[in-house]
Amino acid sequence: MLTNPEKKHLIASSVLFGILSVWLVLSSPVAAEYADVVLNKRAEKEGMRPVIFSHWFHRIRFRCKVCHSELAFKMRAGANEVTMADIIEGRFCGMCHNGEVAWSVENCDLCHSGKPGLESQIKGSHETGGPGIW
Amino acid sequence: MSKGLNRKGCGWRRRVYSFCVAVGLPVLFAGAVYATGQWVPLAEDDLHDPDNPAIKLLQEPREALSELPFDYPGNQVNWVRALEEGFINPRTNIYPGSEIRVLDLDILMTRVGDQGYVIFPHKQHTEWLDCSNCHEEIFASKAGTTPVTMMAILEGRYCGRCHGAVSFPLSECARCHSKHPHSTGYGLATQAWPPTGAPKMAE
Repeated sequence: MLTNPEKKHLIASSVLFGILSVWLVLSSPVAAEYADVVLNKRAEKEGMRPVIFSHWFHRIRFRCKVCHSELAFKMRAGANEVTMADIIEGRFCGMCHNGEVAWSVENCDLCHSGKPGLESQIKGSHETGGPGIW
Repeated sequence: MSKGLNRKGCGWRRRVYSFCVAVGLPVLFAGAVYATGQWVPLAEDDLHDPDNPAIKLLQEPREALSELPFDYPGNQVNWVRALEEGFINPRTNIYPGSEIRVLDLDILMTRVGDQGYVIFPHKQHTEWLDCSNCHEEIFASKAGTTPVTMMAILEGRYCGRCHGAVSFPLSECARCHSKHPHSTGYGLATQAWPPTGAPKMAE
């Protein structure tokens, strides 16, 4: 049997350990890339970095319906065949990235900002790892 | 019992514990508060190329997201609140002639096994999305005719098309399964059900 001081020691250690565990869980870094889309069907083959599209950055400025209804982006990563020619002619990203609503296509590195070698994908949340079927 | 003896014999130990608790708890708590909402810098997110000179020009997630209402799951932003409470005012259209459709109509889903009923609020969804984003491709317009199952959602179909990707993940059961079958109240839902009056298109 444990004596009283030993019990107290055990309880105190457990409480501190518990608090520490909660703190460690809470402090695990957040995946800021929640729903970041990597576009690399063509980019690297054509000598550019992959494109990183951040949903968080865009949804602060535009509602989903702007891109997914007005601009006809299908709501599934990889389902849209986006080429630079489209963009320059004002389709897809080019609807805004024309130097008027947002930066123009001359600013290559702002969109083509991904690590070399990344595969096309969508990154999920820090809790669930993202959607199942992509 | 030997209570007095223990107390006497362990005075220094009690003081050490008291000190640890008095100093340690606030430090740990402050640490937890500080650490929550630590968005990974772009250069360290395993997606952006840190060698790209233009990375300095891109907005850091922390700079934007730390200003918005906090949420635990996802990217730690409660996007519905951010919009409703005016933290952000994202554009609704690019083309001047686009029709902005917002529908205030809750749908009650009762085939839920032993979970709470689901209240689907069109309002919060159509603030962000257009009708055509879900209807008719993902959901039929007629309530009750789409065979939604949790398995399908977990596979990324139906609600899972967005939830877990750009909106709160499927770990948050009660946010959708928000109405107890036998209660007359509204559970955790933000809106009353059934809706009063006829469904209306806002604006």
